[in-house]
Amino acid sequence: MSATSNLNASFAALADPTRRAILARLASGEATVMELALPFEMTQPAISQHLKVLEEAGLIVQRIDGTRRPRRLAKAGIEAMDQWLAMLRKALEKNYNRLDEVLAAMEPNRKGKR
Amino acid sequence: MTTMTKMTLKTEGDTHIVVTRHFAAPPEAVYRAHTDPKLVQQWLLGPEGWTMPVCENDARPGGKFRYEWTNRKGGGFHITGEFLELKPYSKIVHVERMYLPDPTPDNHVETRFEPDGAGTLMTIRMTLPDAQTRAAMLATGMEHGMEASYVRLESMI
Repeated sequence: MSATSNLNASFAALADPTRRAILARLASGEATVMELALPFEMTQPAISQHLKVLEEAGLIVQRIDGTRRPRRLAKAGIEAMDQWLAMLRKALEKNYNRLDEVLAAMEPNRKGKR
Repeated sequence: MTTMTKMTLKTEGDTHIVVTRHFAAPPEAVYRAHTDPKLVQQWLLGPEGWTMPVCENDARPGGKFRYEWTNRKGGGFHITGEFLELKPYSKIVHVERMYLPDPTPDNHVETRFEPDGAGTLMTIRMTLPDAQTRAAMLATGMEHGMEASYVRLESMI
């Protein structure tokens, strides 16, 4: 698989809110299909379908533990979480750069009142 | 100047997010820019292209606020919250939740403004109920940041 098609698969996998929520859940530790289905009020087959998409996109991996198949974040999944942090940072930075301008415009008024 | 205003954002423990930022203006001005809706509306906008048509707040203990954003392309969401404590011009404590459209669990936010040279050091400490909620909250950062990427992707498919 080329790097580009892999990236597109990740984007497509992340475009679904349930799948993003599953990744977010896995960020706090590995979980089984049953554990993942609980907070989403979805059937296990529906969750399994989402897990398949995430797995094919290389965002999560499964481990075999007897009859259990716990899922955890793969390297790409961890990177996606890091990227989320970076996106939030970027949005906040934009806010505060705008706030700098708002504050600069307020300054003359303050001095005038003193 | 750029190094002075550099923002930091880090996670702490399982449930906290801590943001710091220096501003060239005194604490009184930075505090006002966080509590006066006319000022909040000018900067609390997130990524390029978003505006805040509704910005209502009642900045006193127990007072409520409601902020609504739109990208004028059909995208939008809102936040509601309550002020718990206000100490002019040094501290604001509030809780907030985002509607996407279902409400997210409450984010408890403490914002401090301290004199820092001729300016202000602002420290925001967010506390989420659990690690999962924090992860989901960080994911909303992606939601908006990646919007442009999704639009591009959709036009490609």
